[in-house]
Amino acid sequence: MTTETLSHHDAHDHHDAGGIKVFGFWVYLMSDLVIFGSLFATYAVLMKGTAGGPTGADIFELPFILVETFLLLFSSFTYGMAVLAMNAGRIGQIKAWLGITFLLGAAFVGMEIYEFQHLIHEGFGPDRSAFLSAFFTLVGTHGLHVTFGLIWILVMLVQLHTKGLNDVTRPRILCLSLFWHFLDIVWICVFSFVYLMGVL
Amino acid sequence: MSDSHSAHGSVKSYVMGLILSIVLTVIPFAVVMSGALSTMAMVAVIVVTATLQILVQLIMFMHMNTKSDEGWNFLSFVFTVTILVLVVGGSLWIMHHLHLNTMIG
Repeated sequence: MTTETLSHHDAHDHHDAGGIKVFGFWVYLMSDLVIFGSLFATYAVLMKGTAGGPTGADIFELPFILVETFLLLFSSFTYGMAVLAMNAGRIGQIKAWLGITFLLGAAFVGMEIYEFQHLIHEGFGPDRSAFLSAFFTLVGTHGLHVTFGLIWILVMLVQLHTKGLNDVTRPRILCLSLFWHFLDIVWICVFSFVYLMGVL
Repeated sequence: MSDSHSAHGSVKSYVMGLILSIVLTVIPFAVVMSGALSTMAMVAVIVVTATLQILVQLIMFMHMNTKSDEGWNFLSFVFTVTILVLVVGGSLWIMHHLHLNTMIG
Protein backbone atom coordinates (compact mmCIF):
# COMPACT_ATOMS: atom_id res chain seq x y z
CA MET A 1 0.00 0.00 0.00
CA THR A 2 2.74 2.38 0.99
CA THR A 3 4.60 1.74 -2.24
CA GLU A 4 1.49 2.31 -4.24
CA THR A 5 0.67 5.65 -2.64
CA LEU A 6 4.29 6.70 -2.89
CA SER A 7 4.59 5.85 -6.54
CA HIS A 8 1.27 7.48 -7.20
CA HIS A 9 2.46 10.52 -5.29
CA ASP A 10 5.67 10.54 -7.32
CA ALA A 11 3.82 10.35 -10.59
CA HIS A 12 1.55 13.16 -9.46
CA ASP A 13 4.50 15.31 -8.42
CA HIS A 14 6.23 14.68 -11.68
CA HIS A 15 3.16 15.58 -13.63
CA ASP A 16 2.74 18.83 -11.70
CA ALA A 17 6.40 19.73 -12.08
CA GLY A 18 5.84 20.33 -15.80
CA GLY A 19 2.84 22.55 -15.07
CA ILE A 20 4.76 24.49 -12.43
CA LYS A 21 7.63 25.06 -14.88
CA VAL A 22 5.26 26.45 -17.48
CA PHE A 23 3.52 28.63 -14.87
CA GLY A 24 6.89 29.87 -13.61
CA PHE A 25 7.83 30.76 -17.16
CA TRP A 26 4.53 32.61 -17.52
CA VAL A 27 5.43 34.72 -14.46
CA TYR A 28 8.82 35.47 -16.07
CA LEU A 29 7.00 36.60 -19.23
CA MET A 30 4.86 38.93 -17.13
CA SER A 31 8.01 40.54 -15.70
CA ASP A 32 9.41 40.80 -19.24
CA LEU A 33 6.18 42.56 -20.19
CA VAL A 34 6.91 45.17 -17.53
CA ILE A 35 10.36 45.73 -19.11
CA PHE A 36 8.73 46.29 -22.49
CA GLY A 37 6.11 48.49 -20.84
CA SER A 38 8.77 50.79 -19.42
CA LEU A 39 10.55 50.91 -22.79
CA PHE A 40 7.25 51.83 -24.47
CA ALA A 41 6.69 54.55 -21.85
CA THR A 42 10.22 55.88 -22.47
CA TYR A 43 9.61 55.89 -26.22
CA ALA A 44 6.27 57.67 -25.83
CA VAL A 45 7.86 60.38 -23.69
CA LEU A 46 10.90 60.89 -25.98
CA MET A 47 9.05 60.46 -29.29
CA LYS A 48 8.91 64.19 -30.03
CA GLY A 49 12.54 64.79 -29.07
CA THR A 50 13.94 64.62 -32.59
CA ALA A 51 16.61 67.32 -32.00
CA GLY A 52 16.29 68.60 -35.56
CA GLY A 53 16.79 65.07 -36.89
CA PRO A 54 14.27 62.90 -38.73
CA THR A 55 10.82 62.10 -37.36
CA GLY A 56 9.12 58.72 -37.59
CA ALA A 57 7.28 59.82 -40.74
CA ASP A 58 10.65 60.53 -42.42
CA ILE A 59 12.25 57.13 -41.79
CA PHE A 60 9.53 54.48 -41.36
CA GLU A 61 8.60 52.46 -44.44
CA LEU A 62 5.25 50.80 -43.82
CA PRO A 63 5.30 48.15 -46.60
CA PHE A 64 8.61 46.89 -45.16
CA ILE A 65 7.08 46.76 -41.66
CA LEU A 66 4.00 44.95 -43.00
CA VAL A 67 6.21 42.17 -44.40
CA GLU A 68 8.05 41.90 -41.05
CA THR A 69 4.68 41.72 -39.28
CA PHE A 70 3.46 38.88 -41.47
CA LEU A 71 6.71 36.93 -41.05
CA LEU A 72 6.34 37.04 -37.26
CA LEU A 73 2.59 36.34 -37.35
CA PHE A 74 3.01 33.28 -39.55
CA SER A 75 5.90 32.04 -37.39
CA SER A 76 3.59 32.30 -34.36
CA PHE A 77 1.05 30.16 -36.23
CA THR A 78 3.63 27.56 -37.33
CA TYR A 79 4.85 27.27 -33.73
CA GLY A 80 1.24 26.52 -32.76
CA MET A 81 1.30 23.70 -35.33
CA ALA A 82 4.47 22.37 -33.64
CA VAL A 83 2.64 22.25 -30.28
CA LEU A 84 -0.26 20.37 -31.89
CA ALA A 85 2.25 17.90 -33.40
CA MET A 86 3.73 17.50 -29.90
CA ASN A 87 0.30 16.71 -28.44
CA ALA A 88 -0.11 14.08 -31.15
CA GLY A 89 3.39 12.73 -30.34
CA ARG A 90 4.69 13.16 -33.90
CA ILE A 91 8.33 14.07 -33.42
CA GLY A 92 9.13 14.41 -37.15
CA GLN A 93 6.34 16.94 -37.58
CA ILE A 94 7.47 18.92 -34.53
CA LYS A 95 10.94 19.24 -36.03
CA ALA A 96 9.54 20.31 -39.40
CA TRP A 97 7.26 23.01 -37.89
CA LEU A 98 10.07 24.22 -35.60
CA GLY A 99 12.32 24.44 -38.67
CA ILE A 100 9.78 26.57 -40.55
CA THR A 101 9.28 28.76 -37.47
CA PHE A 102 13.05 29.24 -37.27
CA LEU A 103 13.29 30.31 -40.93
CA LEU A 104 10.43 32.83 -40.58
CA GLY A 105 11.92 34.23 -37.37
CA ALA A 106 15.38 34.44 -38.93
CA ALA A 107 13.93 36.32 -41.93
CA PHE A 108 12.32 38.76 -39.48
CA VAL A 109 15.59 39.37 -37.62
CA GLY A 110 17.40 39.70 -40.95
CA MET A 111 14.99 42.42 -42.09
CA GLU A 112 15.33 44.25 -38.79
CA ILE A 113 19.13 44.18 -38.97
CA TYR A 114 18.89 45.53 -42.54
CA GLU A 115 16.58 48.34 -41.35
CA PHE A 116 18.91 49.29 -38.48
CA GLN A 117 21.99 49.15 -40.69
CA HIS A 118 20.26 51.30 -43.30
CA LEU A 119 19.27 53.91 -40.69
CA ILE A 120 22.74 54.03 -39.13
CA HIS A 121 24.30 54.30 -42.58
CA GLU A 122 22.08 57.32 -43.35
CA GLY A 123 23.35 58.96 -40.15
CA PHE A 124 20.18 58.25 -38.19
CA GLY A 125 21.74 55.99 -35.55
CA PRO A 126 20.72 55.88 -31.87
CA ASP A 127 23.13 58.77 -31.14
CA ARG A 128 21.25 61.18 -33.43
CA SER A 129 18.33 62.12 -31.15
CA ALA A 130 16.36 61.09 -28.06
CA PHE A 131 13.65 59.78 -30.37
CA LEU A 132 16.10 57.50 -32.19
CA SER A 133 17.75 56.34 -28.92
CA ALA A 134 14.35 55.27 -27.59
CA PHE A 135 13.39 53.73 -30.94
CA PHE A 136 16.55 51.62 -31.22
CA THR A 137 16.32 50.53 -27.57
CA LEU A 138 12.68 49.45 -27.81
CA VAL A 139 12.77 47.75 -31.23
CA GLY A 140 16.28 46.39 -30.60
CA THR A 141 15.23 44.79 -27.30
CA HIS A 142 12.39 43.04 -29.09
CA GLY A 143 14.74 41.92 -31.89
CA LEU A 144 17.20 40.61 -29.29
CA HIS A 145 14.40 38.58 -27.69
CA VAL A 146 13.52 37.08 -31.08
CA THR A 147 17.20 36.24 -31.63
CA PHE A 148 17.32 34.39 -28.30
CA GLY A 149 14.09 32.63 -29.29
CA LEU A 150 15.85 31.46 -32.48
CA ILE A 151 18.76 30.08 -30.45
CA TRP A 152 16.26 28.33 -28.17
CA ILE A 153 14.53 26.74 -31.22
CA LEU A 154 17.90 25.38 -32.38
CA VAL A 155 18.58 24.00 -28.89
CA MET A 156 15.13 22.33 -28.86
CA LEU A 157 15.80 20.75 -32.27
CA VAL A 158 19.04 19.29 -30.93
CA GLN A 159 17.37 18.10 -27.70
CA LEU A 160 14.49 16.50 -29.62
CA HIS A 161 17.13 14.64 -31.58
CA THR A 162 19.17 13.48 -28.58
CA LYS A 163 16.53 13.16 -25.81
CA GLY A 164 13.35 12.62 -27.82
CA LEU A 165 9.94 13.69 -26.50
CA ASN A 166 9.66 13.21 -22.72
CA ASP A 167 8.75 14.92 -19.45
CA VAL A 168 11.86 17.07 -19.70
CA THR A 169 11.52 18.27 -23.28
CA ARG A 170 7.72 18.73 -23.34
CA PRO A 171 7.59 21.60 -20.79
CA ARG A 172 10.51 23.25 -22.61
CA ILE A 173 8.62 23.20 -25.91
CA LEU A 174 5.56 24.64 -24.13
CA CYS A 175 7.64 27.40 -22.47
CA LEU A 176 9.19 28.29 -25.83
CA SER A 177 5.70 28.41 -27.37
CA LEU A 178 4.61 30.94 -24.74
CA PHE A 179 7.82 32.93 -25.36
CA TRP A 180 7.32 32.95 -29.12
CA HIS A 181 3.62 33.94 -29.02
CA PHE A 182 4.50 36.58 -26.41
CA LEU A 183 7.04 38.15 -28.78
CA ASP A 184 4.40 38.37 -31.49
CA ILE A 185 2.07 40.14 -29.07
CA VAL A 186 4.79 42.64 -28.16
CA TRP A 187 5.34 43.18 -31.91
CA ILE A 188 1.63 44.07 -32.30
CA CYS A 189 2.29 46.95 -29.89
CA VAL A 190 5.50 47.88 -31.74
CA PHE A 191 3.98 48.10 -35.21
CA SER A 192 0.84 49.83 -33.90
CA PHE A 193 2.28 52.39 -31.50
CA VAL A 194 5.75 52.94 -32.95
CA TYR A 195 5.45 52.53 -36.72
CA LEU A 196 1.79 53.22 -37.57
CA MET A 197 1.35 56.07 -35.09
CA GLY A 198 4.84 57.32 -35.96
CA VAL A 199 3.86 58.18 -39.53
CA LEU A 200 0.55 59.90 -38.63
CA MET B 1 -0.17 21.20 -17.79
CA SER B 2 -2.72 18.81 -16.39
CA ASP B 3 -5.32 19.29 -19.11
CA SER B 4 -2.86 19.52 -21.95
CA HIS B 5 -5.15 18.18 -24.65
CA SER B 6 -8.00 20.56 -24.11
CA ALA B 7 -5.71 23.44 -23.14
CA HIS B 8 -3.63 23.60 -26.30
CA GLY B 9 -6.24 24.14 -28.91
CA SER B 10 -6.89 22.58 -32.27
CA VAL B 11 -5.92 23.29 -35.85
CA LYS B 12 -9.23 25.11 -36.14
CA SER B 13 -8.54 27.53 -33.29
CA TYR B 14 -5.04 28.30 -34.62
CA VAL B 15 -6.35 28.89 -38.17
CA MET B 16 -9.12 31.12 -36.77
CA GLY B 17 -6.53 33.04 -34.76
CA LEU B 18 -4.33 33.44 -37.84
CA ILE B 19 -7.16 34.70 -40.07
CA LEU B 20 -8.42 37.15 -37.44
CA SER B 21 -4.85 38.39 -36.85
CA ILE B 22 -4.29 38.95 -40.60
CA VAL B 23 -7.53 40.94 -40.86
CA LEU B 24 -6.72 42.96 -37.74
CA THR B 25 -3.24 43.71 -39.16
CA VAL B 26 -4.36 44.66 -42.67
CA ILE B 27 -7.07 47.08 -41.45
CA PRO B 28 -4.80 49.54 -39.58
CA PHE B 29 -2.04 49.38 -42.25
CA ALA B 30 -4.60 50.04 -45.02
CA VAL B 31 -6.17 52.92 -43.10
CA VAL B 32 -2.83 54.60 -42.33
CA MET B 33 -1.30 54.01 -45.79
CA SER B 34 -4.37 55.37 -47.60
CA GLY B 35 -4.61 58.31 -45.20
CA ALA B 36 -8.34 58.40 -45.80
CA LEU B 37 -9.42 59.27 -42.26
CA SER B 38 -8.69 62.12 -39.87
CA THR B 39 -5.72 61.65 -37.52
CA MET B 40 -7.96 61.06 -34.49
CA ALA B 41 -9.98 58.43 -36.35
CA MET B 42 -6.79 56.67 -37.48
CA VAL B 43 -5.46 56.61 -33.90
CA ALA B 44 -8.77 55.09 -32.79
CA VAL B 45 -8.60 52.40 -35.50
CA ILE B 46 -4.99 51.54 -34.56
CA VAL B 47 -5.77 51.27 -30.83
CA VAL B 48 -8.94 49.20 -31.32
CA THR B 49 -7.45 46.74 -33.85
CA ALA B 50 -4.25 46.32 -31.78
CA THR B 51 -6.25 45.60 -28.61
CA LEU B 52 -8.46 43.09 -30.46
CA GLN B 53 -5.49 41.34 -32.03
CA ILE B 54 -3.73 41.06 -28.66
CA LEU B 55 -6.87 39.44 -27.20
CA VAL B 56 -7.18 37.10 -30.20
CA GLN B 57 -3.59 35.90 -29.81
CA LEU B 58 -3.79 35.62 -26.00
CA ILE B 59 -6.86 33.41 -26.27
CA MET B 60 -6.29 31.47 -29.50
CA PHE B 61 -2.48 31.13 -29.55
CA MET B 62 -1.52 31.27 -25.86
CA HIS B 63 -4.79 29.68 -24.63
CA MET B 64 -5.11 32.05 -21.73
CA ASN B 65 -8.27 31.51 -19.72
CA THR B 66 -9.51 32.14 -16.21
CA LYS B 67 -9.41 28.45 -15.24
CA SER B 68 -5.92 26.98 -15.83
CA ASP B 69 -3.66 26.78 -12.73
CA GLU B 70 -6.67 27.78 -10.62
CA GLY B 71 -6.76 31.18 -12.25
CA TRP B 72 -3.20 32.20 -11.26
CA ASN B 73 -2.19 32.59 -14.92
CA PHE B 74 -4.98 35.04 -15.48
CA LEU B 75 -4.56 36.79 -12.13
CA SER B 76 -0.83 37.43 -12.71
CA PHE B 77 -1.73 38.81 -16.15
CA VAL B 78 -4.31 41.18 -14.69
CA PHE B 79 -1.75 42.33 -12.09
CA THR B 80 0.84 42.97 -14.84
CA VAL B 81 -1.63 44.92 -16.96
CA THR B 82 -2.41 47.07 -13.91
CA ILE B 83 1.32 47.82 -13.50
CA LEU B 84 1.59 48.60 -17.23
CA VAL B 85 -1.31 51.04 -17.09
CA LEU B 86 0.30 52.77 -14.10
CA VAL B 87 3.79 52.93 -15.68
CA VAL B 88 2.83 53.89 -19.23
CA GLY B 89 -0.20 56.02 -18.42
CA GLY B 90 1.51 57.66 -15.45
CA SER B 91 4.65 58.49 -17.46
CA LEU B 92 2.65 60.10 -20.25
CA TRP B 93 0.47 62.00 -17.81
CA ILE B 94 3.29 63.43 -15.71
CA MET B 95 5.52 64.26 -18.70
CA HIS B 96 2.63 65.96 -20.48
CA HIS B 97 2.05 68.21 -17.46
CA LEU B 98 5.77 68.86 -17.12
CA HIS B 99 5.84 69.89 -20.75
CA LEU B 100 2.88 72.26 -20.28
CA ASN B 101 4.43 73.81 -17.17
CA THR B 102 7.88 74.37 -18.66
CA MET B 103 7.14 75.89 -22.03
CA ILE B 104 10.65 77.15 -22.65
CA GLY B 105 11.41 76.43 -26.24
